Amino acid sequence: MFSTVTIDWYVALSVLLFTIGAMGVLMRRNAIIIFMSVEMMLNSANLAFVAFARHLGDLDGQVLTFFVITVAAAEVAVGLALIVTIFRTKHSISIDELNVLKG
Amino acid sequence: MEFQVPAINLALLSPVLIVMVTGALIMLLEFFIPETRKGWYTWLSLVGIVLAFAQTATMWGSEAGTFTPVGGQPMVLLDNYATFLNLIFLITGALTILLAISYLRRTGLDRAEFYMLLLFSLSGMMLMGMANDLILVFLALEILSIPLYIMAGLAWPRGESEESAMKYFLLGAFSSGIFVFGIALTYGATGSTALPQVLTGIANGGALGLAGAAFLLVGLGFKVAAAPFHMWTPDVYEGAPTIVTAFMSVGAKVGGFAAMLRIFLAALPEIGDTWVTAVAVLSALTLIIGNVVAITQSNIKRMLAYSSIAHAGYIMIAVAASANSERGLSAALFYMFAYLFTTLGAFAIVMAREHQLGEGLQLNDYKGLARRHPLLALVMAYFMLSLTGVPPTGGFSGKFYLFRAAIEASSAGPDLLWLVLIGVVTSVISGYYYLRLVYLMYMTDGDGTLVEERHPAVVTAVAVTVAFTLLLGFMPGTWFDVTRQAVLWGGRLLAGG
Repeated sequence: MFSTVTIDWYVALSVLLFTIGAMGVLMRRNAIIIFMSVEMMLNSANLAFVAFARHLGDLDGQVLTFFVITVAAAEVAVGLALIVTIFRTKHSISIDELNVLKG
Repeated sequence: MEFQVPAINLALLSPVLIVMVTGALIMLLEFFIPETRKGWYTWLSLVGIVLAFAQTATMWGSEAGTFTPVGGQPMVLLDNYATFLNLIFLITGALTILLAISYLRRTGLDRAEFYMLLLFSLSGMMLMGMANDLILVFLALEILSIPLYIMAGLAWPRGESEESAMKYFLLGAFSSGIFVFGIALTYGATGSTALPQVLTGIANGGALGLAGAAFLLVGLGFKVAAAPFHMWTPDVYEGAPTIVTAFMSVGAKVGGFAAMLRIFLAALPEIGDTWVTAVAVLSALTLIIGNVVAITQSNIKRMLAYSSIAHAGYIMIAVAASANSERGLSAALFYMFAYLFTTLGAFAIVMAREHQLGEGLQLNDYKGLARRHPLLALVMAYFMLSLTGVPPTGGFSGKFYLFRAAIEASSAGPDLLWLVLIGVVTSVISGYYYLRLVYLMYMTDGDGTLVEERHPAVVTAVAVTVAFTLLLGFMPGTWFDVTRQAVLWGGRLLAGG
């Protein structure tokens, strides 16, 4: 019984990771942590892709992961640059400090 | 096992490739062109867009797909729908560049990055309309968005611009995360990412597929700024340099709808009424929130931001109607076409006024404009009438077509008359804040003497936007026929690959 890890477990884990990520985005105030949470959401999708690909016996899902990883890397490049720029002006990366614009 | 190369016809992608290559060329040339010759970037990017435009125009009427895996559906489609949207995006790009010349020069942002990022983002938008596979939609969405995040922050170290970029980036990445998780779930439910198969699978499938479809809708809802996913819009629009705001309020929104409509279309034969109701409810919410909150705004860019949220709501009426009316989809295309000219024109006037008074304009800064700059005020008043939907303007024709489509759809499917009612009432409400600006310009006294600089490029761009808003107001039929052509595939209403 313990040796069979079915697709359900992978999907459940991926949904759990996604939820943790989404909660992190909504609840944390530090831009880096929010950003890490977004990455966790993307990786939960990757886990789901790979698990489904294995389950369906179809290679597409494995390939899709690479696209997601590539896009995540591009986002990291832009995101970290923005965070560094903001840190230079404000000496803080808390999004509570981002309050020039009302709303 | 033998490896079979999928059929690839790069000629179909040529407009996108031209735009991408021009962007890359500007990136390279930046090292060789001296600081004093910055005008070159402008002309080079314009040439690229004009070439792509000519190439796209010759493709009108083609119905082909490429990147077809063995035994699968093509990942890229080039039909009239994609061609029409490509023309919309290229016009947006060209007008933005014309408006950008004097704006960038006086704000000190005249750098190669602007043109390069604009072209890359443009290529992403064009792919959005052509994508027939969820993973390509995702890639196109990112190619569209990532340059826009940087463009919003182009005016660093100005605090507002940095803040706008950061907020746009965090929420944009968040929505991409939701979207990609939606793709993962639908892939699990259907075993494919090609749109036609995915949607057939969802229609027959269980909870997993439906959850995936909901995630996809939320992800795209963020991009088109539909309520309740619109929170980022006012801040981002206000803080970004005005030229970037103008570009994203048209490009990013139409891009989001390009993909949403394609997904919806492919689903048409299968989905039944579930999605119609979901989209209709989102649309009603967007209309009410956008129009009501816009009343309380005193900053012109924030007002236009809420106005753009409201217009997303109107387009979604047409999306909901397209399930049961054959005019729904063309009404959406027509509305976006009219929206492009009106919005870019309005932002052009905002930029002209900013030139005189600086960034961060309030509505009160338009007091008495009519006396000092009669022409400027007249043009702005005309665009405000078009945004409200008063005839004879492009905005009026757009609303007329989409309400008619929604009424038609009601007789064949779920009732949308309540949505039309909300649409009409909120249009009246929107009259309050649009016409208040007209009132301020014409009926009140302002102060301050103004220097005026009329850059020929800006004048050309404004003339084009006014001409098309007039044209769409007086001769909507001709253009509506074009949009009806745009949604046909082999003489029948487009329904997926």
